[in-house]
Amino acid sequence: MNVLRVGEDALLVEVTSGEEAQALHAELLRRRAEGSLRAREIVPAARTVLLDGLADRARVICELSAAEVPPAPPRAGAIVELPVRYDGPDLGEVAAHWGVPEPEVARIHAGTEFRVAFCGFAPGFGYLTGLPARYHVPRRDTPRTAVPAGSVALAGPYTGVYPRSSPGGWRLIGTTDAVLWDHTRESAALLSPGTRVRFVDRGRS
Amino acid sequence: MTDRALAVVRAGALTTVQDTGRPGHAHLGVPRSGALDAPAAALVNRLVGNPPGAAVLETTLDGCALRPRSAVTVAVGGAPCPVTVDGRPAPWGAPVHVPAGALLDVGAAVAGVRGYVAVSGGIAVEPVLGSRSTDLLSGLGPPPLRTGAVLPLGRPGVAHARVDVAPQPAPPAELVLRVTLGPREDWCAPEAVRTFTSRPYRVSPASNRIGLRMDGPALTRARTGELPSEGMVLGAVQVPPDGRPVVFLADHPTTGGYPVIGVVRAADLPAAAQARPGTPVRFVAVRHR
Repeated sequence: MNVLRVGEDALLVEVTSGEEAQALHAELLRRRAEGSLRAREIVPAARTVLLDGLADRARVICELSAAEVPPAPPRAGAIVELPVRYDGPDLGEVAAHWGVPEPEVARIHAGTEFRVAFCGFAPGFGYLTGLPARYHVPRRDTPRTAVPAGSVALAGPYTGVYPRSSPGGWRLIGTTDAVLWDHTRESAALLSPGTRVRFVDRGRS
Repeated sequence: MTDRALAVVRAGALTTVQDTGRPGHAHLGVPRSGALDAPAAALVNRLVGNPPGAAVLETTLDGCALRPRSAVTVAVGGAPCPVTVDGRPAPWGAPVHVPAGALLDVGAAVAGVRGYVAVSGGIAVEPVLGSRSTDLLSGLGPPPLRTGAVLPLGRPGVAHARVDVAPQPAPPAELVLRVTLGPREDWCAPEAVRTFTSRPYRVSPASNRIGLRMDGPALTRARTGELPSEGMVLGAVQVPPDGRPVVFLADHPTTGGYPVIGVVRAADLPAAAQARPGTPVRFVAVRHR
């Protein structure tokens, strides 16, 4: 673990993989819940976890510098199921990248168990991992100026669902009616870091 | 709607509702938001007897005009500007009584950028995730004020402060921003770090609540490509592909893939919020504590 100081009261803890970042994030949440870590924000990302608003940064640096990356926590908790129509405009391109016929994209994608590695870009936008490396695809060369809300999309190792219409460069493979973000709900974000996710194929509308 | 309300007669270029923001939700992709010049917002709240976290109006350069439906106490602070009630001059930086139906005009800033208008009882729009702040990056909270809108007010609390004029720092003629280097200064060439902490910059007109953008020497990168997305903090100085640093302000994205060369001290950010386009900027490296 590489522990980097950020500003006056934050730390960026760098590990070597997304799996390690998820395991570290789970451990840091556990420490905060038990009261041994006081941090305003714990923000996981691709290969890091940011601790912001630390009450005692010097002590946390000592503790983390001496620590090993914890083992990954067991897969637990309910699976969020997102119904999808695999009708995205980039389905053909993705099939070509994967080297499979188009209907296979839906079968492979809906047959994968995903996990929210981290959130960002917009409230409720989760970066979902789970697809094996051979199914990673590059972003589009030219981003779209408007991607419709509910678009299910791929970029790099990630799958994401656009919570609202926004510009975006990810490859669109389908559409869901699931409400990803609703601030009037008790949990505004349907997907938060660590959530397990499965996409359920609802055909091509 | 009750008479505890405020009609917007002139919305101004960009007037938003702001409080202390919604920290604690960055892991869901929710920016912290909140008043950019937080000490000014806290001061005007104190002047009208509000708690420091009550929602105020944040104006941008040209003020706004408001008509309360019931008598209220207001205070205007932040960027200095003329204040009138029904056309008669009223003090800036002090509590002002505005009778029901009178017109409060908050004029154009004579210096600085962001004015703060506190109203006794606070702006009582519905909170989102515990905050009434408008977040211009993600669209959370109330939309920017529109002429003709009516804003609900909360119940006034204790009596307002007994002061003539509360001292407030003058907007900066030159912005000196202390930065701790890192966490990604190694992604910039060594001469870029020297350039960043020694050469003059100016505030770019493209600045907004998300970031204070810089005009000036471009910083060259030692490493190309994009960093895997990582968490971002308030005051982070990102180096985008064009090499011109951007200081993250309250509506900044929670994660990002451009390297952060340094982080501006929190105490220097209120002045950054008041720096007009063209203001000279110096970044001064300070040690981590």
